[in-house]
Amino acid sequence: MSMTGILLAAAIVGGTGLFIGVFLGISGKKFAVETDERWEAVVDVLPGNNCGGCGYAGCSGLAAAIVAGAADVGACPVGGTPVAEKIAEIMGVDASVQVRKTAFVKCAGTCDKAKTEYIYSGIRDCIMAAQMQDGGAKGCSFGCLGYGSCVEACQFDAIHIVDGIAVVDAESCKACGRCINVCPKHLIELIPYSQKTAVRCNSSDKGKALMEVCQTGCIGCRLCEKNCEAQAVTVNNFLAHIDPEKCTNCGVCAEKCPRKIISIRAV
Amino acid sequence: MQELLLIAVGSAFVNNVVLSQFLGICPFLGVSKNVKTAAGMGGAVVFVITISSFVTGLIYKYILGNPNIMGGELAYLNTIVFILVIAALVQFVEMFLKKAMPPLYSALGVYLPLITTNCAVLGVALTNVQEGYGLLEGVVNGFATAAGFLVSIVLMAGIREKIEHNDITESFQGTPIVLVTAGLMAIAFFGFSGLI
Repeated sequence: MSMTGILLAAAIVGGTGLFIGVFLGISGKKFAVETDERWEAVVDVLPGNNCGGCGYAGCSGLAAAIVAGAADVGACPVGGTPVAEKIAEIMGVDASVQVRKTAFVKCAGTCDKAKTEYIYSGIRDCIMAAQMQDGGAKGCSFGCLGYGSCVEACQFDAIHIVDGIAVVDAESCKACGRCINVCPKHLIELIPYSQKTAVRCNSSDKGKALMEVCQTGCIGCRLCEKNCEAQAVTVNNFLAHIDPEKCTNCGVCAEKCPRKIISIRAV
Repeated sequence: MQELLLIAVGSAFVNNVVLSQFLGICPFLGVSKNVKTAAGMGGAVVFVITISSFVTGLIYKYILGNPNIMGGELAYLNTIVFILVIAALVQFVEMFLKKAMPPLYSALGVYLPLITTNCAVLGVALTNVQEGYGLLEGVVNGFATAAGFLVSIVLMAGIREKIEHNDITESFQGTPIVLVTAGLMAIAFFGFSGLI
């Protein structure tokens, strides 16, 4: 190869590099996207777990929504009030007081109380087990299967299988909502952390049918509904539900319940 | 027209870039955990390969492979110049998308810059030169190859989502079972070999 060849090769590669450098430099200026400095500040304040509990794609997604005004300053369920206050400071608005929430499993059908219809020896996974005959081996087709799909989904080690049903540790729970999404029986819901009473059943079976499969469980007798002074309890489809907005935590419903299915949570 | 169609089917299925040429294995194994992200990666690759086969085709035709410059001897610079061009192109595409199409940019996310290191992109550019494809043929070949990549990575992701629920012997869990799956898929795609 001649000297010109070498020089030409160097010139072409160098020229390409130079051209690309200039081209990228110019287009970098031209296509520059202004990032809001508030966005970076909000990202720094957010926990950074990227759990998705807020419904956005990770913490940076939520930060963008907050800066754009699409999300509330307290939209991060993990950070709670402290984070909401910091974000409110950055955004220059008042942080409305955030209600701390916790996940709650609406089933009390432990191994000794709930009947099983058959022996399931498949994969230890609720989603798979729920697709078996009668929605799982448990006699009650609404109850917790206890294979721990929610336990695996939890990033904060706040939910465990105790005596065949999932139990949430309210202290560790960050109310991110992952367990809610993964439960095939839709048993888990968010309730206010300070709410003492909660119905530990999700069955809309009639009384007799329910008693055949579970020693505990709501039969829809309406005693709680009648005795609640705040009218916070409603019974629909043979299942009691407590409205957290109205509940005064007086505990009358739990006292009157003949099945002892309304629990007083230790707060 | 018929020739273009043959090139397209040939590079999408018969010589599938992942399953019979074994290019682009890294994203094929790395980003195939769920169908959604796999489709995102596949889409980004289709985008970049199609554009890059056009640009590298231009460079080869008018500079490196041009018989009037050093009698076309400069073709040995193909690899290094193509790498430069592809890296720059990915950068540019990223900037452009960020400005012009933010939703697509955020959907592709981290997979966009990762394409720079996807050897399938360089592979297509070099194959175009090797096979002596013209500009149009090169672009069609690029698009079809990338479509083949998209198909195989989405299929792989679908299978892996199912594998998650299977009871696999401990020694085969994780990468081993994925590699076995990839091998079986390659054998399945071998069935296309009599097509053309």
